Amino acid sequence: MLGKLTWDALPHDPVVLGGAISLVLGAISILALITYLKRWRWLWREWLTSVDPKRIGVMYIVVAVVMLLRGGMDAAMIRAQQALSVGSSHGFLTSDHFQQIFSAHGTIMIFFVAMGLMFGIINLILPLQIGARDVAFPFMNSVSFWLFTVGMVLVNLSLVVGEFAAAGWLAYPPLSELAYSPGVGIDYWIWSIQIAGIGSLLSGVNFLVTILKLRCPGMTLMRMPVFVWSVLVTMVMIIFAFPILTATLAMLSLDRTLGMHFFTSGFGGNPMMYVNLIWAWGHPEVYILVLPAFGIFSEVVATYSQKKLFGYTSMVVALISIAFLSFIVWLHHFFTMGAGADVNAFFGIMTMVIAIPTGVKVFNWLFTMFRGRVHFKTPMLWFMGFVTTFTIGGSTGVLMAVPAIDFQLHNSLFLVAHFHNIIIGGVVFGYFAGLTYWFPKIFGFKLNERLGRYAFWCWIIGFLLAFVPLYILGMMGATRRLDHYDPSMGWQGLFIVAGVGVAVILLGVGFQLLQLAVSIYQRKQNMDVSGDPWNGRTLEWSIPSPAPFYNFAVTPTVSSRDPFWAAKKHKTSLPQGEYQDIHMPKNTPMGLIIAGFTFAFGFAVVWHIWWLAGLGLAGAITSLIIRLSDEDTEYVITAAEIKQLDQQARAKGKLA
Amino acid sequence: MKPRVTLKSYIIGFALSLLLTISVYLFVNDHVTTAHEAFSHGFLIALILCLAVVQLVVQLVFFLHLGQETKPRWNLAVFGFMMVILIVIVGGSLWIMSNLKYNMQSPGDTNTRIMNDEGIHR
Amino acid sequence: MTETASTLKTIVHAESDSKTLLGFWVYLMTDCLLFASLFATYAVLHNNTFGGPGAKDLFSLPFVLGETLILLTSSFTIGLGILAAHKQNKKQVLTWLGITFLLGAAFLSMELTEFSRLVAEGNNWQRSGFLSAFFTLVGTHGLHIATGLLWTLVLMAQAWRMGLVRTTVRRLMLLSLFWHFLDVIWILIFSIVYMMGAL
Repeated sequence: MLGKLTWDALPHDPVVLGGAISLVLGAISILALITYLKRWRWLWREWLTSVDPKRIGVMYIVVAVVMLLRGGMDAAMIRAQQALSVGSSHGFLTSDHFQQIFSAHGTIMIFFVAMGLMFGIINLILPLQIGARDVAFPFMNSVSFWLFTVGMVLVNLSLVVGEFAAAGWLAYPPLSELAYSPGVGIDYWIWSIQIAGIGSLLSGVNFLVTILKLRCPGMTLMRMPVFVWSVLVTMVMIIFAFPILTATLAMLSLDRTLGMHFFTSGFGGNPMMYVNLIWAWGHPEVYILVLPAFGIFSEVVATYSQKKLFGYTSMVVALISIAFLSFIVWLHHFFTMGAGADVNAFFGIMTMVIAIPTGVKVFNWLFTMFRGRVHFKTPMLWFMGFVTTFTIGGSTGVLMAVPAIDFQLHNSLFLVAHFHNIIIGGVVFGYFAGLTYWFPKIFGFKLNERLGRYAFWCWIIGFLLAFVPLYILGMMGATRRLDHYDPSMGWQGLFIVAGVGVAVILLGVGFQLLQLAVSIYQRKQNMDVSGDPWNGRTLEWSIPSPAPFYNFAVTPTVSSRDPFWAAKKHKTSLPQGEYQDIHMPKNTPMGLIIAGFTFAFGFAVVWHIWWLAGLGLAGAITSLIIRLSDEDTEYVITAAEIKQLDQQARAKGKLA
Repeated sequence: MKPRVTLKSYIIGFALSLLLTISVYLFVNDHVTTAHEAFSHGFLIALILCLAVVQLVVQLVFFLHLGQETKPRWNLAVFGFMMVILIVIVGGSLWIMSNLKYNMQSPGDTNTRIMNDEGIHR
Repeated sequence: MTETASTLKTIVHAESDSKTLLGFWVYLMTDCLLFASLFATYAVLHNNTFGGPGAKDLFSLPFVLGETLILLTSSFTIGLGILAAHKQNKKQVLTWLGITFLLGAAFLSMELTEFSRLVAEGNNWQRSGFLSAFFTLVGTHGLHIATGLLWTLVLMAQAWRMGLVRTTVRRLMLLSLFWHFLDVIWILIFSIVYMMGAL
């Protein structure tokens, strides 16, 4: 009846039990708080059933930030264990639990923090930047978000019911096969990522069509802001890379549930094929995360330097070449697997070639600042931090692109330091810059500058403290994923420094939370009444803050790049047409319902509860058919109503 | 949004597909069932792949009406990019995996292979 | 007033149609890459028979030709259905969709017959890496066919109930794209798995 699910699935280990209890208590207290504040109806109407991309974007970011805290706790536990577990001391974690923690850390940070922040910011800003009212498929957008959330819930549920994968964030077979990982951990990993990945794929289709079809009149491809270009390129990469992930995960799960032999070590399976396929997705995935961050920096640098972006065309060409090259380098993740010199040399050289367009971008940003009137607001600080750390990370990456060097550094902490350099210094700093930059457009008030600076300095100092020692440790021979080592290795001092670095980063996160709280508390002083707090260049700054639900009262027409800047320079406003009726999509709970059935399906497959899996699948399909047969999905705001709303919003700005 | 679909295009597509499918079948069936081998193994594989690609194009043009939309031709562009990535992924995987297979055979096999390749005689 | 409103409405509808068609086309491209991954895996594993039967020993060529011709014909009949939809001929649309459904169902049952024959002979998907790859590649296509059949039924009901309104015609066009696409994939399976396997 309940498959493999028994009472034994609940945690026994005291550390795991502590984590599980705090997770459950956290969830209960949030639910209780909502009930106490009588906010359920509001939450349901305004948020959970919303198809407004701005609302969905905020929800993505909330989930991502909560997951950042969870992943950060995992990081702290990893480093604490490594600082303590030397010689006769064995730290506070068992080996098995340690393995689950680093697997969860990687999985959560990539899929639920970085991807979440990325889709969050894209949802918030992309329609505004192309002068659109909505995305191409608003309902599908809601489904995407809720599938992402289902994946997140499954990962976290594994802490309470059962266990998580202990085979690393990419679960290489044969370790991840049933013979060596008989528990449900790998299944949780497979299905949480599979479901979230399908959500990402749908989002990829959605935003690609949005950019191709919904640009406002006059916005040709070469007039799009560079952030939009970066998203366009990223979405193309998502639709080409994520199907590979879907297929690969499906094959691994067929191995585990139906006893197939794709990647088993016996019966004619080939584990190396898994490694090949997962990186054919995995390498583009890294660039999927970082390209939108490049786009954000392009906006931030141009705005705060009060200059147009240097080398727009070369930026676009660089984006496209990075995207293409990122599909022909995947073997550099497994140089040591045994391919011949010709194969390794080809992929090594292609990897080094990627540094060229990336370098072009860095120089373009720097030339944008050159002779600009640079305002060092928090987003610019994040940019400065990004340039330094990302350049270091890029250089160590080129080092490891040399197969001979990779044979030395493969699987060492040097590698760990390298990719954290890229992902924290590139991706995370980029999204923080974007969040600070666009915060007033979404919420109507600015974030506190002083606390933002504190947070930045904690992050950058903590980052260097945490990862420079890892480069050294890596060259001293420390491999990744170690939970115990001998004191004679002489590593403990550096591990302790790295642990202190993590603590400083967590302090930075604390400042960010404080910044958010203080900014909300003091929002009256920091209101953005003009709608254009940074003297911006692109369309999103031409409308009132917070952006109204219909985005643009009148669809703008543009005739150049940076149309809002050009209009301000010529002391005119953007060309205004007549107010017209607007068709808006109605809110719908169907996205949430479909995700609910999908959750039941995912949970049931993990635990082999087949009746529930069938029920979940049938429910999801039926809900989809019901939704598609519904003809009444839109409502109209008349031109008169729009006029009134728009004038109110603009008057508020002028009066205050 | 009305792609130019006509009865004629469907009939041409259907007839060509039938022709191609049946001719591939006849070639292969002849090779398998009769004792005499009119064509070499390699030639037949090339033939099957060629006819498959021809039929692919036939169906894309006459059934899926690829490239017949109005400008800008996003469908065609996305399809083109997809084909590039598809060739990279499939071709790259096969190259990598054959290379791995060659290098990761049992040590005895590898030694024999290397000795043969390099012309080493013990 | 009514005239401008109706032209506006036409523009809105035309835009929404072209959006949906492009979106669905992009989805089909992602599906192509899904199948490409499965094909690549099949190509890598097709000799890994682990002492069991290989492609040469398992498949009946005339049977596969039969399957192929049936699917090909169904691809033709759904095209005729689309032509009828453009002519707003509901009866013809329902007839052609019905024929397509029957042909698709016949194809699917032949595929299942082949599968059950293989399993009954002891050559199931657990036998070897090759058979895992075969069952998954062909089975994934079959799963798509099954989805297409369900979709055909839903659309027949919709066309029956609501007539050939704009959304129905649009969805018919999407279904026909999907069905033609599955035919294309099947041609590759026919050529690579069955024909090349038989050599």
